[in-house]
Amino acid sequence: MHAAAADLPVMFNRVTIVAGGATILQDITLTLDCGPPTILIGPNGSGKTTMLRAAMGLIPATRGRITWGGRGASAPTRRAIMFQRPAMLRRSVTGNVRFALAAAGVPRDKRETRSAELLAEVGLTGLERRPARRLSGGEQQRLALARALARDPALLILDEPTASLDPAATKAIEDIVRTVTARGVKVVMSTHDLNQARRLAGDIVLLHRGRLIEAGRAQDFFAAPRTPEARRFIAGDLLV
Amino acid sequence: MTDNASALQLLLSGDPELFAIVRLSLQVSLSAVLFATLIGLPTGAFLALVRFAGREPIIVVLNALMGLPPVVAGLAIFLLLSRSGPLGGLGLLFTPQAMVVAQTLLVTPIIAALARQTIEDLWVEYRDELAAMDVGPLRRIATLIWDARFSLVTALLAGWGRAAAEVGAIIIVGGNIQGFTRTMTTAIALETSKGDLPLAIGLGMILMSIVILINALAWLARRAGERYAG
Repeated sequence: MHAAAADLPVMFNRVTIVAGGATILQDITLTLDCGPPTILIGPNGSGKTTMLRAAMGLIPATRGRITWGGRGASAPTRRAIMFQRPAMLRRSVTGNVRFALAAAGVPRDKRETRSAELLAEVGLTGLERRPARRLSGGEQQRLALARALARDPALLILDEPTASLDPAATKAIEDIVRTVTARGVKVVMSTHDLNQARRLAGDIVLLHRGRLIEAGRAQDFFAAPRTPEARRFIAGDLLV
Repeated sequence: MTDNASALQLLLSGDPELFAIVRLSLQVSLSAVLFATLIGLPTGAFLALVRFAGREPIIVVLNALMGLPPVVAGLAIFLLLSRSGPLGGLGLLFTPQAMVVAQTLLVTPIIAALARQTIEDLWVEYRDELAAMDVGPLRRIATLIWDARFSLVTALLAGWGRAAAEVGAIIIVGGNIQGFTRTMTTAIALETSKGDLPLAIGLGMILMSIVILINALAWLARRAGERYAG
């Protein structure tokens, strides 16, 4: 479906990111290409959020190079991100989605229909007129997901999309991830939840203290982790 | 307008001079708020969103100017518009236009400083989302002003409250000329000095009623808007 996935593959070539004198990511080389979801795991402060923002193009590499479809810095036309704590625009639910559609260049006469489709996809039909900031946490995450999908992304980046959500809200988000993956959207997301990683991942990337410890197919990673950090992380030990 | 009649009686009897005073007060203060909004809102948005050398001292000065004494603003505009001043040729001194200019000077820092704070707070909240949606600079500013509109109304009301309540600036540049530049506040000052307290109190009550009415309408509009947009 996304034949013109111009933003893919995203390639990190020896990327180091330094912010405020601290090295957040160090010498990361990784390719994110079409296929099942890639899940970033690792303890707090391991660099997951920075890596996702860099993949979105919101943070430049201090050293090394990031390319999207072989190109350097480019407008994020076919990629979208949902932040861990998404900001709700002070508008109605449908107003939020229409804003994202307008920003994505969708013509005005198509926004109403498209907005209804997106809200149906994330299960928010019936809440169109409600102020977005009065939604529950889970509903806000789903609205943020609808806004991200408004960009018709080839690459969808989700930063801890289910942190602090209850099981029902978590399942709703995971179902959407499966649906968009089946449509050919590449999902790259971070999570603290190893079980969620097992449920969703095609590939796993383990980060620790800004370094890429291990990356590979999820079933290999869980069945036969190659590094001591990965073995400890899977066993539930605290990586500090 | 007789000195012995209370303002309420004059109001009820439809006294044309009293209505002229009330109308001029509203015309001058609302015009000042309009001009101050046109200058202050973009200035506030610019200071909120653009980083440049000297930005922080400008913000400090702007915040300090919220407390600009009206008589000082009046004096500055008086010097500007007086016959020997740089804009003396315009012949604006002792006209309602001069009063609008003086009140615009008073109100602009209030609107600009409050708008800067409001828009900057919202920008911190929206920055990542707008960057991720690849929203350009002009649309960014429009979005922030639109989404902050309910808070910005409070800034405009604060500015209007300042303009409607002050007497020091307009009495210097307007001169309190009967039937021409006399407003509610200058009339209250005059009647009090003449010892006509009932008329002064009556005018004060009319002024307070108008202030409360406009604030109540703004409050209702804000409540209705927030119910819809949050």
